[in-house]
Amino acid sequence: MSIAELQAYGYVAAMVVLVFVTYGYAYHLYTKKKDANGKDYEDYSNMALRDDLTDTPVSARSEHKEK
Amino acid sequence: MENRPLEYDYTVAKLFMFMTIVLGVVGMLIGVILAFELAFPGLNTMLGSGVAEYTSFGRLRPLHTDSIIFGFVLSGIFTSWYYIGQRVLKVSMSESKFLMFIGKLHFGLYAVGVVAIVASLLLGYTTSKEYAEFEWPIDIVVVLIWVLFGISIFGLIGIRREKSLYISIWYFIANFLGVAMLYVFNNMEIPTYFASGGHGDILHSVSMYAGTNDAMVQWWYGHNAVAFVLTVPIIAIMYYFLPKESGQAIYSYKLSLLSFWGLMFVYLWAGGHHLIYSTVPDWVQSMGSVFSVVLILPSWGSAINMLLTMKGEWQQVAASPLIKFMILASTFYMFSTLEGPIQAIKSVNAIAHFTDWIVGHVHDGALGWVGFVVIAAIYHMAPRVFKREIYSKSLMSTQFWIQTLGIVLYFTSMWIAGITQGMMWRAHDEFGNLAYSFIDTVTVLHPYYAIRGVGGLLYLVGFLMFAYNIYKTMSARPVEEYELQNASPMGA
Ligand code: HEM
Ligand code: HEM
Repeated sequence: MSIAELQAYGYVAAMVVLVFVTYGYAYHLYTKKKDANGKDYEDYSNMALRDDLTDTPVSARSEHKEK
Repeated sequence: MENRPLEYDYTVAKLFMFMTIVLGVVGMLIGVILAFELAFPGLNTMLGSGVAEYTSFGRLRPLHTDSIIFGFVLSGIFTSWYYIGQRVLKVSMSESKFLMFIGKLHFGLYAVGVVAIVASLLLGYTTSKEYAEFEWPIDIVVVLIWVLFGISIFGLIGIRREKSLYISIWYFIANFLGVAMLYVFNNMEIPTYFASGGHGDILHSVSMYAGTNDAMVQWWYGHNAVAFVLTVPIIAIMYYFLPKESGQAIYSYKLSLLSFWGLMFVYLWAGGHHLIYSTVPDWVQSMGSVFSVVLILPSWGSAINMLLTMKGEWQQVAASPLIKFMILASTFYMFSTLEGPIQAIKSVNAIAHFTDWIVGHVHDGALGWVGFVVIAAIYHMAPRVFKREIYSKSLMSTQFWIQTLGIVLYFTSMWIAGITQGMMWRAHDEFGNLAYSFIDTVTVLHPYYAIRGVGGLLYLVGFLMFAYNIYKTMSARPVEEYELQNASPMGA
């Protein structure tokens, strides 16, 4: 097989994998609705809406607080 | 000082804000000059033939594109980063002397770069690669500026209080990584002075790639300059300021994540659409076309998400000129990301390529989408940064309508000019002889060039009103913290 053919097969394979990954991700987002920490994805919008220094973070970084 | 509560520190944001406005005026003024030079070629020697070198279209054109994209737009992006970054990560720059220093250095070096670029382009130094015209010493400065931007992004992320990264931060990171990769690869060049043992101009260099390879690398870069400077960070800015100004959560945060990955996945492969019917391999051209059409999906994913954020709140569009800017910008984003894929279809590109339709496409994206988002962002930031209300709401509204009219005149005239041009170039008689010579097209296009010039002038006038409004905001009525929650306070 020539290098050009190898490239072509590699390219098609990569496309198929990436299409599955992307659709898989979409499926995951819309069925699970929550991330690994049990937080609803939509809550993350509050990072912009409640962004004063005194507002409580959506998910605080605990190491930072201890310092 | 001891008992002062901790506050966000906008020193660096403020510096970049001034830079955005100054370079916006410069870049757009040159754009207007260029537009009128095309309509009335006599203007090429407007200051006399002795200095024609400096006033000619060829010399000024790269100065327009570079001062607008890497000047106005990039400064707007930096301004927004130094504002949004602190807020969504919930950490102040005043908490880190190091990051404060990096931020100021970033600005200082950027200012040096601006001066070097303007001077060298005016003097005619260029590598003649579009959007990558800078000669090698400037490229080195650009890389340093970019490294400082990176330190600033990752430094702030390192000391953040908010563990998760808001979607805008993802887009800023993509902007940083994308441009870093593209810029370095496209600008690989050999300074001829050193390579030849001391001959020729010390600033001159040649690209490490030749012929078709050079073209492919160049448009992989050129297209992704559109992606990672004129799209990705602009979405970052929008995803923060639209929810903030309207007080509405993003319509769907999940959709924003999904279209982020979609955009990253698809954009990099679409550059081939700039080289259709050229010497590059046919499959590169086809791939460029196909991916360009697929690109509609993630682009519209973001755009629809922005528009639907206003669901049930459409009265705000009528009430606030600031929201108007953002909503029209999202609409223009949808518009140019539909127009682009259409132009990328091979049979359409056969007519569109080399014509003014491309210039029309560029500017409905640039003026309607990019320009409006940067303007809206600064309008939202100004009251927070200066702690004063926006000087005049009516001035802002007037600006909006003047600029919108300018954009419409710009792209409609370029559509007609472009398609006329494309059709005339290919028209032939029954024996295959071309029906028109080049000058025939020039004569026909003249009125449309004049209309484009007027459209551009209106946009510039609007931008000057914006500059004046921001200038007066610095001494307008001071406001209290509670007025700054969502909708920006504006004077009559
Ligand atoms: C789905 C998204 C898009 C696609 C598929 C697309 C496609 C295209 C195509 C096919 C061309 C013409 C190439 C040629 O024949 O010379 C082009 C040119 C251009 N587009 Fe887009 N476009 C998109 C979005 C945008 C946006 C949002 C902007 C932002 C302002 C933009 C800026 C440009 C620029 C600056 C050029 C001119 C490049 C040059 O020749 O110097 N595009 N685009
Ligand atoms: C006052 C507003 C503006 C006017 C009057 C204007 C005018 C022009 C003119 C006359 C050209 C040369 C077209 C040609 O070679 O035929 C041009 C090119 C260009 N302008 Fe503008 N411009 C304006 C604003 C902007 C803005 C805000 C941006 C970007 C955000 C921008 C980006 C570009 C780009 C990328 C090109 C190169 C297009 C290509 O190679 O196809 N312009 N502009």
